[in-house]
Amino acid sequence: MTIPVGVEAPVPAGPSRRRLGSTWLILLLAVAYFVIPLGASFFYTIDNRATHSIDLDAYAKIPAAVGFVDALRRSLTLAVLTVVGALAVTLPAMLVVTLRWPRLRPVIEGLSLIPLVIPPIALVVGVRDVLGLGPNQLAGTPLGDALVSSQDLDLPWVLVIVYIVLALPFVYRAFDAGLRAIEVRTLVDAARGLGASWPAVVFRVLLPNLRSAALGASFLTIALVLGEFTIASILSFDTLPTWLVEISGENAQESVAVSVASLLFAWLLLLAVSLADRRRRSPRRAS
Amino acid sequence: MTASTQRRVTVSGSARAGGEGVVLRGLRRVFGDVVALDNLDLTLAPGELVALLGPSGCGKTTALRVLAGFETPDAGSVLVNGADVTADPPNKRGMGMVFQAFSLFPNLTVLDNVGFGLRVRGVSAALRRTRALELLELVGLLDTANRYPHQISGGQQQRVALARALAIEPRVLLLDEPLSALDAQVRTQLRDEIRRVQQRLHITTLFVTHDQSEALSIADRVGVMRSGRLEQIATPDDLYHRPATAFVAEFVGTMNRLPGVLLDASTVEVLGVRRPTLTEGATGDAVTVLVRPEAVTVTADPNGPALVVVRTFHGAMTRLSVRLPTGDEVLADLPSPAAAGLTPGSTATVSLVESPVLLA
Repeated sequence: MTIPVGVEAPVPAGPSRRRLGSTWLILLLAVAYFVIPLGASFFYTIDNRATHSIDLDAYAKIPAAVGFVDALRRSLTLAVLTVVGALAVTLPAMLVVTLRWPRLRPVIEGLSLIPLVIPPIALVVGVRDVLGLGPNQLAGTPLGDALVSSQDLDLPWVLVIVYIVLALPFVYRAFDAGLRAIEVRTLVDAARGLGASWPAVVFRVLLPNLRSAALGASFLTIALVLGEFTIASILSFDTLPTWLVEISGENAQESVAVSVASLLFAWLLLLAVSLADRRRRSPRRAS
Repeated sequence: MTASTQRRVTVSGSARAGGEGVVLRGLRRVFGDVVALDNLDLTLAPGELVALLGPSGCGKTTALRVLAGFETPDAGSVLVNGADVTADPPNKRGMGMVFQAFSLFPNLTVLDNVGFGLRVRGVSAALRRTRALELLELVGLLDTANRYPHQISGGQQQRVALARALAIEPRVLLLDEPLSALDAQVRTQLRDEIRRVQQRLHITTLFVTHDQSEALSIADRVGVMRSGRLEQIATPDDLYHRPATAFVAEFVGTMNRLPGVLLDASTVEVLGVRRPTLTEGATGDAVTVLVRPEAVTVTADPNGPALVVVRTFHGAMTRLSVRLPTGDEVLADLPSPAAAGLTPGSTATVSLVESPVLLA
C-alpha cells in the first residue's frame, strides 16, 4: 500500500487501542486504590480544625509527644538488631545449602514459610509461656536469668528473636532470588581456583553480588519491625506501633500523622535500596 | 606473597618456561551409583595441550575438576611436576581455569576480574594493574578494561576469563568447554586464539569438550573417554585415521556402517570389493564394516545400482547420501567438482578407496 505524501499513516485501531485503554484504566484504579486513602489521611493531618487552616502542626508536634522518641528509638534499635540477626542466620545457611547440600533447599524453603503459616497470636502465646519459665521454674539458672534479661523494657531482646523468626520468609525469598540470579557454584569455583580462601570468596565475591538481595531483605525486615503490633502489645513492650495505638485514643490527628510519616520513611528506604542498586549497576572506574 | 611469586608476576607475559607435567594415576570417583571415573590414567607432557573428548556423562569434566581440586577422588592420585597434589585444596594448586558458564565476577570491572587472582595473593595494586593490562592486550581486549562483564559480549567474556586464568601464571590451564556457549563464528575465533596463546606461553593445558572438531583442531593429543575410562589417546591424525576401537571410530568424525562378509581373519568383502581389516580377532561371516564418508567413491552411472538421495554442498566438498540396492544408505564426501553430475535421483556406482577398514 502506498501512503500519499503529507497524509498520516493509519493508526492501527481495534484490539490494540482498546487494550491500551484498559491498561490505563487498571493503572488508574490501582493508583486510586492506594492514593485516595493515603491522600485522605494526609489531608486529615494537615486540616487544622482549631484554626480552620491547612498547616503541618500535627507533624511539628510529633517529636514532643510523650513517649514518641523512646518508642521510635526502641523500634529502630529492634529493626537494626533484627536485620543483623536475620541476615546472620539466613545468609550462611543458604550459602551452605546452595554450595554443599542443594537437596536440602526445599526443606529450608519449607521451614522459612512456617512463620507465615503460624499466626502471630499463636506464636506469642508460646513465647509468653516460655518467658514465664524464667522467673518461675527456671529461676536462678543461667537460662532463667537469660529469659528474664531478654524482657528488658528498654531493649527487649526477646522481640529481636521473635522478629527474626517472623522475618525469615521475606529474608529467605530475597536471598533465594539473589542466589538464583548469579551462578553461585561457578563463581565460587572460579574464585577458589584463582587462589581465594573461603572468607575471600564470601566477602569479595558472594556478598558484593548479593548486595541487592541483602538490601531488599533489610528493607522488608525494617518495614515488618516498624509495623508489628500484636506481639509487642501482648508482651507489653512499648514500640512505635503500640505507641501509635495508645496515642490514637488521645490525639487521633497526631497518631495519623505519625503513621503517614512512618509510611514516608518506609518509602524513602525503598528508594534508597533502589538507588543503591542502580549505582552498583552503573559503570565506575576500575582500580 | 613470596618473593618468587613477586618476581614471576613482574616478568611480562611469561608463563613458567616449559610448563609442568601432569599425571593422573588410577583415578576413581563415584557419585551414588554412577562411576564417573573408573581407574583413569592420563599423562600431560609439559607444555602439551590435551583435549578430553567424549559423550555427556563420560567423566571428562569430573577428571578436570579432580585435577583442579574441586572434586576429591575416591582413589588414585594427581601429580603436578612430580609432586602429589591430590590432597591440596583448589586455592593452593595454582591452576587457571576457564568455565563453560560465564564466570566473571559481575561486581568487578574487566580489569579487576583479571587482577582478582593477584589481589588475593597480595600483589600490589600497581603491579596487578600492569599485569592485567598486559593480559588484556594479549587477548585483544585492552579497550574493555573499565567495562563490567554485562557490558561485553559472551565471546569477550570468555577471553577475559582466559586472561584472568593466565594472570596467576598457572601451573596448568584447565578449559572446561569454554566455547560451548558461544555462536559458531566466535567459537572458531576463540578456539584459534586459545591455541595461539597456549603455544606462545607454552603452558600445559587440559581442554574438555564434547565437540570433536574443536578437540581435533586444537589439541596436540586427544583422549576419547567412555564410561569413566580413556578409550584411546592419540594425536588427532591417529585418532581419526587409526581409531583403536569401534566406539572411537564412530565418535570421532562420521562413520558409515555397512554390511560385509568376513572372508578370512584379515580380509572383508564390502560393497563388492575386498579390503584388509584393522580389527584383530574378528570372527563370523556377516560383519558390520565401518567406513568414513571420504573413503566411499561414487561414480555417475546411468545403469548403476545405487540412487543418489540427498546432496549437500559444503564448499570444497559435497556430501552425498546414496541408497544401495540393499536399502542401506551410505554417506560419501566427494570433492565438489567430482560431485557435479550426481544430483538427487541420479543413479551411480558405489565403491571404496584402497585402504584398510575397521569392523564394528
